[in-house]
Amino acid sequence: MKKAMLALADGAWFEGRALGAEGETGGEVVFNTAMTGYQEVLTDPSYRGQIVTMTCPHIGNYGVTPEDSESNRIWAEGFVVKESSRLASNWRSKATLQEYLLAANIVAIEGVDTRALTRHLREKGAQSGVISHIDLDPGRLAEKARKAPSIIGRDLAATVTCERPYTWTAGTGDWAPKLTLPDPAVTQAPKKSWRVVAYDFGVKQNILRRLVDVGCEVTVVPASTSAKDVLALNPQGLFLSNGPGDPEGVPYAMEALRGLIGRLPIFGICLGHQLLGLTLGLPTYKLKFGHHGANHPVIDLRTRKVEITSQNHNFAVRFPIGQPEQRQEMPIVETPFGPVQLTHTSLNDGSVEGMRCLDHPVFSVQYHPEASPGPHDSAYLFAQFVALMETHHA
Amino acid sequence: MPRRTDIRSILLIGSGPIVIGQACEFDYSGTQACKALKEEGYRVILINSNPATIMTDPDFADRTYIEPITLDVVEKVIECERPDALLPTMGGQTALNTAIGLAKRGVLDKYGVRLIGASIEAIHKAEDRDAFRKAMWKIGLRVPDSGVATSLTEAERELERIRFPAIVRPSFTMGGTGGNIAYNIEEFRTQVEWGLSMSPVRQVLIEQSVIGWKEFELEVMRDLKDNVVIICPIENLDPMGVHTGDSITVAPALTLTDKEYQMMRDAAVRIIREIGVDTGGANIQFGLNPVNGEMVVIEMNPRVSRSSALASKATGFPIAKIAAKLAVGYTLDEITNDITGVTKASFEPTIDYVVVKIPRFAFQKFPGADPTLTTQMKSVGEAMAIGRTFKESLQKAIRSMEIDQFGFSSKMGLDLAVPPGLNREDAMEQVRKAVRTPLPDRLWRLADGMRLGMANQELFALTKIDPWFLQQIREIIEFESRLVGERATLGATGLSPELLIEAKELGFADERLAQLLGVEQHTVRGWRVALSQGPRSRGVTYKRVDTCAAEFEAHTPYLYSTYERECEARPTDRKKVVILGGGPNRIGQGIEFDYCCVHAAMALREEQIETIMVNCNPETVSTDYDTSDRLYFEPLTEEDVLNIVEREQPMGVVLQFGGQTPLKLALALSRAGVTILGTSPDAIDRAEDRARFRELLDKLGLRQAESGMARSVEEALTIAAGITYPVMVRPSYVLGGRSMQIVYDEAGLLTYMNTAVKASEKHPVLIDKYLRDAIEIDADAISDGAAVVVAGIMEHIEEAGVHSGDSACSLPPYTLDATTIEEIRRQMTALALELGVVGLMNAQFAVKDQTIYVLEVNPRGSRTVPFVSKAIGVPLAKLAMKVMVGKSLQQLNFTTAPTPTHLSVKEAVFPFTKFAGVDVLLGPEMKSTGEVMGIDSDFGWAFVKSQAGAGAILPTSGTAFISVKSEDRSGACDVARRLVALGFRITATSGTALYLNEQGMAVDVVNKVQEGRPHIVDHIKNGEVALVVNTVRTASAQTDSLSIRREALHKGVPYYTTMRGALAAVMGIEALLKKGLAIRALQEYHRVK
Repeated sequence: MKKAMLALADGAWFEGRALGAEGETGGEVVFNTAMTGYQEVLTDPSYRGQIVTMTCPHIGNYGVTPEDSESNRIWAEGFVVKESSRLASNWRSKATLQEYLLAANIVAIEGVDTRALTRHLREKGAQSGVISHIDLDPGRLAEKARKAPSIIGRDLAATVTCERPYTWTAGTGDWAPKLTLPDPAVTQAPKKSWRVVAYDFGVKQNILRRLVDVGCEVTVVPASTSAKDVLALNPQGLFLSNGPGDPEGVPYAMEALRGLIGRLPIFGICLGHQLLGLTLGLPTYKLKFGHHGANHPVIDLRTRKVEITSQNHNFAVRFPIGQPEQRQEMPIVETPFGPVQLTHTSLNDGSVEGMRCLDHPVFSVQYHPEASPGPHDSAYLFAQFVALMETHHA
Repeated sequence: MPRRTDIRSILLIGSGPIVIGQACEFDYSGTQACKALKEEGYRVILINSNPATIMTDPDFADRTYIEPITLDVVEKVIECERPDALLPTMGGQTALNTAIGLAKRGVLDKYGVRLIGASIEAIHKAEDRDAFRKAMWKIGLRVPDSGVATSLTEAERELERIRFPAIVRPSFTMGGTGGNIAYNIEEFRTQVEWGLSMSPVRQVLIEQSVIGWKEFELEVMRDLKDNVVIICPIENLDPMGVHTGDSITVAPALTLTDKEYQMMRDAAVRIIREIGVDTGGANIQFGLNPVNGEMVVIEMNPRVSRSSALASKATGFPIAKIAAKLAVGYTLDEITNDITGVTKASFEPTIDYVVVKIPRFAFQKFPGADPTLTTQMKSVGEAMAIGRTFKESLQKAIRSMEIDQFGFSSKMGLDLAVPPGLNREDAMEQVRKAVRTPLPDRLWRLADGMRLGMANQELFALTKIDPWFLQQIREIIEFESRLVGERATLGATGLSPELLIEAKELGFADERLAQLLGVEQHTVRGWRVALSQGPRSRGVTYKRVDTCAAEFEAHTPYLYSTYERECEARPTDRKKVVILGGGPNRIGQGIEFDYCCVHAAMALREEQIETIMVNCNPETVSTDYDTSDRLYFEPLTEEDVLNIVEREQPMGVVLQFGGQTPLKLALALSRAGVTILGTSPDAIDRAEDRARFRELLDKLGLRQAESGMARSVEEALTIAAGITYPVMVRPSYVLGGRSMQIVYDEAGLLTYMNTAVKASEKHPVLIDKYLRDAIEIDADAISDGAAVVVAGIMEHIEEAGVHSGDSACSLPPYTLDATTIEEIRRQMTALALELGVVGLMNAQFAVKDQTIYVLEVNPRGSRTVPFVSKAIGVPLAKLAMKVMVGKSLQQLNFTTAPTPTHLSVKEAVFPFTKFAGVDVLLGPEMKSTGEVMGIDSDFGWAFVKSQAGAGAILPTSGTAFISVKSEDRSGACDVARRLVALGFRITATSGTALYLNEQGMAVDVVNKVQEGRPHIVDHIKNGEVALVVNTVRTASAQTDSLSIRREALHKGVPYYTTMRGALAAVMGIEALLKKGLAIRALQEYHRVK
């Protein structure tokens, strides 16, 4: 069994065994606490620039299948697990995790005390790290890690966005009918369809599927598309996708947004939410180790109801009015685009999870209502987006 | 939402005695609920007939009724206490069914008692098979095709559509009681009739079999604001067809894709909403077709369950406590997660380890019982293990079971290699036969199949166990062969560090490594110690269970061992004591010992000593993270305990309270230099070693029944002839009455010696004079080494010869004279002082013709400690613990035991209904799973209550059937005479009838079964018999009358198989006819404090 090592910029190192393609890789090391959905995680473009460690000790148990990819490739820079399954057991599985990583040329490591690593990241914060199968000297590796570029201020969205616009037509039901529950309470087939433009800052395909599910005709456009070009498509609604890295690294998106807020209903998720925040004049900041998992409770301040959400972000929007946790009322701040209301906060740390403009049909959430991986509690937000378009265009 | 202020008092119903399917987990949930509700300022009223529970300790509720959980009694409690609300979801199926019964009777309406937690409609929708099916269809979910039947004809009509194999499930039972799988019409008919009789509403479901589908359970919680969270997905290693209580289960689910899991999660959320469980927990079971991911809903329990206890221990999320808070109006986001101290209970735990639960069975106790695992639960206990990987966790779970297995020992002698001469094909055929049917030893059979070269694919086809799990077992077996390859080259330093650490990471026990490498266990330990001290040391580490996979800091030291890089134990340097728990429940060692361990922890806390609990039973209160200061969820083996002791460096270890489990470790621990608190290991040995025990009694001038030790058949015959028959025989090397028998003659002894045991030099057979018709006494005392207080003397109701755990008993004695009692007290004191007991001591005596014989002495906490504590109102285990850390009885103000003015009767509860065809006769081998207590001002009523608590409602009129062995005839005459005086009719078999007629009694003669019809069984079936008294002696008579006893059991007719038991029943009936039911709270019995 070939040895491998993961070293962090602060000098901490973790021994393990080689997994995936032979080689060396670097990136910001973050941990994800979801117990299922490793394939969705690996293929989520938001992980660009990051090495992901899964806290669940067994990874790869059910193999991989093309249907469960969130994009057309693996985006994580590296993968750290406790134990990678030698056998893939599932009726849909097409390959083992090892085969998948090899084919994608991803350097990974297993046999790591991932709990110790997670505790370290929790205490010291997410930081650069290097996985190597070649060089097992912790000092040299840590030095390499320190030299790796930070994700702060970097435009990672540009590296994951699509090259040219395309339309998306597949819904969730189309690719795995056995795995979708028919809901007798929901009337079949949406009545009307809505032209939606979706900014691709690193969009997960399940977002697009969910939009189609609620009746959207989706045109996906590159991150750098200008407001003028968006409006030229004559959309009835605009969607701002998730994506990797620091929102401040994507100034051109803010530029475009300034020309779009107020023109049509807008719904943003994750990086899209942060970009919206910056555009509205709300600052963003980097969290110590981010939120990455499928068990994050978010409270809707309007109903005081809690949804269990899927999350994957390193940066967050700051509402300039102190910690809003447990606040009964919904704080409102004045911005150049009028009042903006805080609608959702994290029940764990009180950070901003959702907001809306009071003068414009604009709302956004920090978490992932499309799930994949994760719970479906927040899927209703897509319907809410449609409702917003209905009202706006009524 | 703040807590409800419209209610002030809440009635909680416990689950009663420990039975298969309802064990300690409901003490765990009930205790949490009591604590949570009291904390919120509610007045808590509790009823539970089980004295061995923590929840029935007088401090846990405001009013505690140790009374039978029958509708009459609970109604009376409601009438007296007028609670505002009833929380029915904490006491298993018993509490739920009682709540429904009360609602139906109109009791809840009459007294204005509101149900909280779950409404009658919700309970009905979840429990009524037909209503549940319809509810599932309504929300777009599939259930296996099924039909409801209330008669055999209806059932057969349903079968036409559903076809074989078909599952027969009775409605409203727990633990799948009465459930079965039918493969042919004959089986089907028997099972339907059985199922109908087991269902309190005479309803069964005939269900399409989804045998072989993957099985999952989700623990769901919901609050009044309709927030829903899933606490934990649990996967059953054994696929559908094996009751989840009998399955090996794993958390988290390990073979589900995110798409599959989220579909299940969505379904669970929809189900809890549709069924309408307003607040609290529910458990939902799903089947998943491994071929195409098709999902069906199997069932839902609208209450906390065994699985919620498991999920709580597996995640650190206290389901019962939170459920109780939700029931009084809190929402999940208002409750803080105790473990992190900063986050809220409104989230879904994520875990970074693997939990494996393995059931423990007791088939060897029930000859004739079918060990095939089906939809009806048969296991008596379970062990849980935590490891970083499934392989580690599984191997830890195996050794946690305490069945002398430390890993995958071959059943076919293949541990080291497949012998060259072995016919592989034959051997594989054996494996195929063994694994095709789910049996308790299937794991080991699978391993043998792998050793023989069988592929995952074939083993999957045979068992439908997911290939992922098979692969994990295979990786363990493959590693074993690597180890065996090292045997030849083991040097002085032993196994290479890399291999040793890899073995430990895979969960291998030192003992198993020793077996595979041909060395001693302590040698392996030596290698490990050396490795853990090197410059790049690797050794055992401890990780924390924190609900959040380390995302937040854990403030509760809930720990498990693993071989990783980082250790999070962080021991304190406080004064501390390690308490060893009792491990998995089994017959002979159950909740009573957990009760004692919990008390020990409470006592140490009062003494400001840090408590460290070690246990591996997920059902218990002791494994709650807030019972002790630190919890190690670990197997109770020498290796695992020594590791903890080395890490923690406690001032001492307590072995007295966990039953045999910790006691077995006494020698090894003291050899390793560990301080054992309380009575010395030498004193324990003096009481257990026969020769030394004899010397002890001789020294004290106490009597023992004549006895001898036989190393051969001839020697046995000589000894038995010398001490004269009947004699009690047992092997010297097993405990808990295993293989113990009474033999009446030489022929019986020969049969025993030739079939039951193999006597040898190393394993002699013990032969004791059987004291026929002697009264047996159990006594518990506490000593600080200088003073002794005899806390309770209990007179057994059944005569000596019936295992003390199976016998009912009365405190104080109900027939003994004061002189005898005083003499027993004197002997107890002498024994305790001579042994130098510090802590608890239990002894058993037999009294025959005014002579007292010492049967055995156990210098430790016994099964009767909780019963005595509740009967006299003194927490004995707590006091004992304080004595063990240096307090004197004088300091504790306990120098004499109070003499209660009321009577307490303990009755044993048996699992016979779960094992078709097994005889219900009592003997020297213990068979009961639990106990109940009846308290009243006189013996008769206390006995009546104890019987009612155990499920036998004594009749006040009707026909009593009497058929006794010849020695019991005069006793039978007394019983019959008194019954006649009470207005009963007597019917008897010819022999007994003749005798009774001679004594001048009018008795109807009834046919024995072999005498032609209509016979006695027909009469019982027809409901014409109200009471059965049946004693037998010889083996053949037992078989003849077996059907009588089984039928009585089946029909729920009270039956007595000993004369003293029958007589007690008569006294009970006399009391019943004399005055009405009266109840009293424990707090009133022991008001003087």
